[in-house]
Amino acid sequence: MSTLETTTVTGEQHESHHHGPAAGIGRWLFTTNHKDIGSLYLWFSLLMFLTGGVMALLIRAELFQPGLQLVEPGFFNQMTTMHGLIMVFGAVMPAFVGLANWMIPMMIGAPDMALPRMNNWSFWILPFAFAILISTLFMDGGAPNFGWTFYAPLSTTYAPPSVTYFIFAIHIMGISSIMGAINIIATILNMRAPGMTMMKLPLFVWSWLITAFLLIAVMPVLAGVVTMMLMDIHFGTSFFNAAGGGDPVLFQHVFWFFGHPEVYIMILPAFGIISQIIPTFSRKRLFGYASMVYATASIAILSFLVWAHHMFTVGMPLVGELFFMFATMLIAVPTGVKVFNWVTTMFRGSLTFETPMLFAIAFVVLFTIGGFSGLMLAIAPVDFQYHDTYFVVAHFHYVLVPGAIFAIMAGTYYWLPKWTGHQLNECMGRWHFWLSFIGVNITFFPMHFIGLAGMPRRIPDYALQFADFNMVASIGAFIFGFSQLLFVWNVIHNVRSGEAAPARVWEGAEGLEWEVASPAPYHTFTTPPRVE
Amino acid sequence: MDRIDANRRLVKRLLLGAVLMFGFGFALVPLYDVFCEVTGLNGKITNTGPVAVTQADTSREVQVRMLGINNEGMPWRFVPRESLIVVNPGEMRQTAFMAMNPTAQQMVAQAIPSVSPGEAAQYLHKVNCFCFNAQTLAGGEQVEMPLLFTIDADLPAHIRQITLSYTLFDISPAATATTDAGAQQGGSPI
Repeated sequence: MSTLETTTVTGEQHESHHHGPAAGIGRWLFTTNHKDIGSLYLWFSLLMFLTGGVMALLIRAELFQPGLQLVEPGFFNQMTTMHGLIMVFGAVMPAFVGLANWMIPMMIGAPDMALPRMNNWSFWILPFAFAILISTLFMDGGAPNFGWTFYAPLSTTYAPPSVTYFIFAIHIMGISSIMGAINIIATILNMRAPGMTMMKLPLFVWSWLITAFLLIAVMPVLAGVVTMMLMDIHFGTSFFNAAGGGDPVLFQHVFWFFGHPEVYIMILPAFGIISQIIPTFSRKRLFGYASMVYATASIAILSFLVWAHHMFTVGMPLVGELFFMFATMLIAVPTGVKVFNWVTTMFRGSLTFETPMLFAIAFVVLFTIGGFSGLMLAIAPVDFQYHDTYFVVAHFHYVLVPGAIFAIMAGTYYWLPKWTGHQLNECMGRWHFWLSFIGVNITFFPMHFIGLAGMPRRIPDYALQFADFNMVASIGAFIFGFSQLLFVWNVIHNVRSGEAAPARVWEGAEGLEWEVASPAPYHTFTTPPRVE
Repeated sequence: MDRIDANRRLVKRLLLGAVLMFGFGFALVPLYDVFCEVTGLNGKITNTGPVAVTQADTSREVQVRMLGINNEGMPWRFVPRESLIVVNPGEMRQTAFMAMNPTAQQMVAQAIPSVSPGEAAQYLHKVNCFCFNAQTLAGGEQVEMPLLFTIDADLPAHIRQITLSYTLFDISPAATATTDAGAQQGGSPI
């Protein structure tokens, strides 16, 4: 936005007044610095992304051919469950919180997050949560094997003993997310620089503000549903036990009341990142700023009214099916507004295609494909056939991998020079992009077809007619998986070396974060800038 | 400092919001039951107890199919006396399910009803049903469990067949535990 002009340039001249980071491991353990905590979140998320990725490759290796080759069916189920849980709660969500920590204070001209000590806590309980979750793999009876949606009674009556550890881990993750969300809301509402009005906020900040409200609304519901499971398993209640007057379908209603807003928690910050990147490399202002804000808010509100589209087949009255079908389709309208605005921003812009822009354009195209398959799934009568097939797997991987994950990578490449002070290695960035782009499509596109043909999800073996497409998908998965090592290499290489980056790393970049030096000093905006 | 006060106020509100939403998760449980009752969702029958005597509508007939299903691991023999009953709406009908405990131990069972199509659930009134109470059978014992029901004369015309299905759950361990707890507290065994 051209209105963002700072009169006070902060950075070097203030640096002498402040101490730098503490030395040794203590810097990371006790840090209250938003940049340190942002980095911790991002490194943790990368580690979890690779862990979940290894599990995905085990799944795809088993599915390379029909028949059982590599792993026991029980272990296969543990892999699908843990892959989902780790990617959702360990990779995507912490990555967005990491980006929020790094960028939101710098984008709104604040010296740090509003509640720095709580910020430290909300990160440092996460490794414990995931240590508990991953330790279940080594327990008697194995890790949770009931799918990341943990439907009762699979997750209560028939669950392995490790389910109690799983419940505890989910509680900790929930507390971490709620603390993070409170911190982000307090930062955005109370810490803005003078003149930074709400309608001047960068869209990444807006989308995170809305996401944080979603987190506060639904993470407690998730905590509630796992608490009910805990009580059913250990304290003899019957929330989900029909014999005692409960109802297993109730589980699905409560879970998806959390689960659908959770889906948007994983995509709204991605929308924000893309809305920062596309204007930069189009060298134009974002088209329809206000409509973007309203569209994001509408998506968030609608997300509370559509949860039952995940459970069309449980036996709902016709009126219920119709309500949830039309409410779901309504979400396509604000989403369409956003896609339209991104395309219109690029229209007649002077485009250049640096790595962040490549990922952003791929996001727009591939996320839209995922959105369309979502519309197909929203049609209740058709969903009766698609339900629990690979078509669903194809749909949500299209919105999460080339959607959320590509946006995180786009954001990382976009802001990495600001964090490290080194220009990107464009050549390696392009290699990473094109291998990922090709790999992701080879992996997930065939899943549409095997899903439509009737292959159920979450099975280690399948009928022979699905063999060819499964082999193609597995080859794609290995291309995609191994090309992420290039991402790791790119990040580490950029941290260590590279050409010095200027403050305004990208020619067309607008916003307060580009007013500070690269690499960003340990303390920024200790004197608030004036935004006019 | 203003900003610290503002932060504190905001954090309190947001925490309160989180706590309320945790409560809301639990409030969904009774809300769900109310919702099921209103919409007939899930085929839950809630119409129990005495009903006003009405004139039988002899102009149309409704087929009521009875199903007895054992939940996983339940060894009882559990079958309806008649699997298909043709009734006129408004007419009171008596039927029964046969239950037999083939094991040597005393067992306690609970039958959970479900009606299909769900839309019909609110028109099926059970005046007296074995599913109102847990059923205790000694080893080898057999019993006929009565069911008295009527179909509401307001049943929509397009519904001609209703399935009333009972699933029998073994609740022996839970029932024993309650009895033990009662005995420990000095109460009389049930």
